[in-house]
Amino acid sequence: MKAAVVVFPGSNCDRDLATAFRNAGCDVSMVWHKDTDLPADVDIVGLPGGFSFGDYLRCGAIAANSPICRAVKAHGDKGGYVLGICNGFQVLTETGLLPGALLRNAGLKYICRTVPLTVATSDSVYTRGYNAGDVIQVPIAHHDGNYTAGADELAALKAEDRIAFTYNANPNGSDSDIAGILSPNRRVLGMMPHPERAAEADQGNTDGARLFAHLTEALAQA
Amino acid sequence: MKAHVHVMLKDGVLDPQGEAVRHALGGLGFEGVNGVRQGKVIELDLAEGTTEAAVREMCEKLLANTVIESYRIEMA
Repeated sequence: MKAAVVVFPGSNCDRDLATAFRNAGCDVSMVWHKDTDLPADVDIVGLPGGFSFGDYLRCGAIAANSPICRAVKAHGDKGGYVLGICNGFQVLTETGLLPGALLRNAGLKYICRTVPLTVATSDSVYTRGYNAGDVIQVPIAHHDGNYTAGADELAALKAEDRIAFTYNANPNGSDSDIAGILSPNRRVLGMMPHPERAAEADQGNTDGARLFAHLTEALAQA
Repeated sequence: MKAHVHVMLKDGVLDPQGEAVRHALGGLGFEGVNGVRQGKVIELDLAEGTTEAAVREMCEKLLANTVIESYRIEMA
């Protein structure tokens, strides 16, 4: 199982994400934003949290137009797996791999705390280790996590069972309490909460570890 | 030559920053401020002959996120 984690100027969760992939059994390579190609035979690309390019213009907008993101977009468009967390989710909406956008939190404040999430579907390589309806504790740390999408897009997300996680107590104003969504082919996941910060005992919380373990197992069999 | 690009959140998209500014104006005693929308202006210094169509493409590709934002171009 080969994972690549993209590093943008301002990424700050890249090594955490790499460690979570590695602990789950992946070979991990780090890829710089100026690179034009992903490593050969990469199974999954991770877009990490942070403040790529200082959040200038809009969160994720400049990263989404960086050379490596053209390769990430091509990887996603041909059916590759991509996991975007926090700023990575913002980058995914900016590239168009996922619908909608992430606005400033409704309460205007940066929020950094652990929140309960409901796993809304177990039908993806990312959530197959959970049961739909499971409640897990996962940290959030964002200023712009207020998910919004058009009425048609929201209806499609619901009808196609593409909402991966919802907030139990909506912290940021997201439409339909959305914390994470899947692409139409269920291979691209974007989520604001940080499962890589809840992935080993030393972090005090392992609720996110199953995501990486079951993802790695599923892709190793594929 | 210059172009000014005005980027605003689309009507119907909640603008929490604009709302916060509206509350602050009320707190300062300014009455009758029924709404505030906050956007941005991007000033482009362009080579002579750059077309509005080219600026429009810049807006579509990078300067605005048309999922949530609208834009208006002023060529000067």
